[in-house]
Amino acid sequence: MKKSLWLAAPVLALAALSASAQADTLSKVKQSGKFVIGTRDSSAPLAYTVGNGKYTGYHVDVCNAIAEAVKKETGLPSLNVEYALVTSQNRLPLVVNGTVDVECGSTTNNLTRQKEVAFAPTTYVTNVRMAVKADSNIHSVKDLAGKTVATTNGTTSVTLLRRHERATGIDFKQLLGKDHAESFLLVETGRADAFVMDDNILAGLIVTSKSPSDFKVVGESLSEEPIAIMYRKDDPAFKKLVDDTVRDLMKSGELAKLYTKWFNSPIPPRGANVAIPMTPALKNAIDNPNDNPAESYKK
Amino acid sequence: MLGNWFGSKWDWQIFCKSNLEDTRYPGCFGADGDITYLQWMISAWGWTLSVALLGLLLALVAGSLVGVARTVPNRALRLFGEAWTELFRNVPLLVQLFLWYFVAPKAIPGLQSVPSLVLVVFALGFFTSARVAEQVKAGIETLSTGQRNAGLAMGLTLAQTYRYVLLPVAFRIVIPPLTSEAMGIIKNSSVAFAVSISELITFAMQAQEETSRGVEIYLAVTGLYFVSSIVVNQVAVLIERLVRVPGVAGVEVGR
Repeated sequence: MKKSLWLAAPVLALAALSASAQADTLSKVKQSGKFVIGTRDSSAPLAYTVGNGKYTGYHVDVCNAIAEAVKKETGLPSLNVEYALVTSQNRLPLVVNGTVDVECGSTTNNLTRQKEVAFAPTTYVTNVRMAVKADSNIHSVKDLAGKTVATTNGTTSVTLLRRHERATGIDFKQLLGKDHAESFLLVETGRADAFVMDDNILAGLIVTSKSPSDFKVVGESLSEEPIAIMYRKDDPAFKKLVDDTVRDLMKSGELAKLYTKWFNSPIPPRGANVAIPMTPALKNAIDNPNDNPAESYKK
Repeated sequence: MLGNWFGSKWDWQIFCKSNLEDTRYPGCFGADGDITYLQWMISAWGWTLSVALLGLLLALVAGSLVGVARTVPNRALRLFGEAWTELFRNVPLLVQLFLWYFVAPKAIPGLQSVPSLVLVVFALGFFTSARVAEQVKAGIETLSTGQRNAGLAMGLTLAQTYRYVLLPVAFRIVIPPLTSEAMGIIKNSSVAFAVSISELITFAMQAQEETSRGVEIYLAVTGLYFVSSIVVNQVAVLIERLVRVPGVAGVEVGR
């Protein structure tokens, strides 16, 4: 008897935890007076930190607009907007269990994730390419034969790279960095020859690195993926609020302005320019707001 | 499959799924170069055990030498032992790992081409060696000085005194704390994920992301860590029993 009680304790604790995750975000915010934005620290220019716990970026700006809308909707005199740092590995569980209310980082919208969470209309379309040293002789994926390739643990690029290796028969060694910063460090220190990741993340890491001119982004696009803001599933009131806010930004041209601000102008901390022009796929996503998963982007 | 958890069904069959396609293999082992999550996890377990056991071997050898050095009359050796112990046990393991992996190769060019497995083994082994040294030293100091003096008085050299009089008893005394270290190093080996070794934690993080079956994946990985530690523990108990000498190190005579 005693033994079974002892075994039951952790199970009960887990059950209590999972029960506390609320489905209705707006009433939760109303109750606590607090709105938590989950964000990333090294996904420039979408979401990154400039030190002192300050987060900034394209998606952070979009989420600030969402926070404004939440404040209006709940009618709270003052809404306490908190930023919480999330990682590639914990962002989904933290959204699902209610630790963060909305995640504004660089999350690919795909079918596997749609089983657990919901996505706002796509606000960025990324191309998976690779970052190499500027003097490297890697120009295309076929040059990777026999090389060491870094990518980040907990991202869709890992599967993508594995599929590609299988399909083309090109043999390379795969290294999994624990986050984007570490994967980039693997290339910087020469432990890996290339870092395969979303072009915006690669460009962001390069512009915030010690010497941006030492690196370049090369190669054909391995995959085109929609990046979107993520929030809890099965919460129609909150979904309407978030989606409408994002759609309004798209219709009013405000989002295009934000895009220019973060992708085609000098950005903090070093005043470098990411210089990624808006792709036709993103123009299309802004003209026809949708939350189609990555699977629908495959050619 | 085995009931429900919080309204969501278990899906242990996820381990039989290929990590490339949606195919599920009946025997849970993929064909034609396809790898299932089970195979991937077993390979990851192999990495965890390799890192841990090689690290343990290094820790025991280095730790014993340093532990002995801290008890000899020679002052320089004693100082070296103290310095070694304090250096490796006062710097966090993860920091040591990064120093070996990213910083040391800048200073020592040859290290760049050393496989990362070796660097992790160095980091883990030297970190644990400081703790082993502390225990070996404690084991030797437990013995009365009379034993050391008796050995020397019989005409044994200092090395012989250690080899035939002090160490056989001291090592028997410290088997239990060394067992804890051996179990600890298996769990500490999870830091290897930070430097891109494809061990269990790396597997768990990537596989739960790909499959969305985090609970099953983490439970399985937990189980493997648990099993590994228990086996180490049982091996240590067996060794303790095999080398037991009645009348020595707290073992009753005639038991």
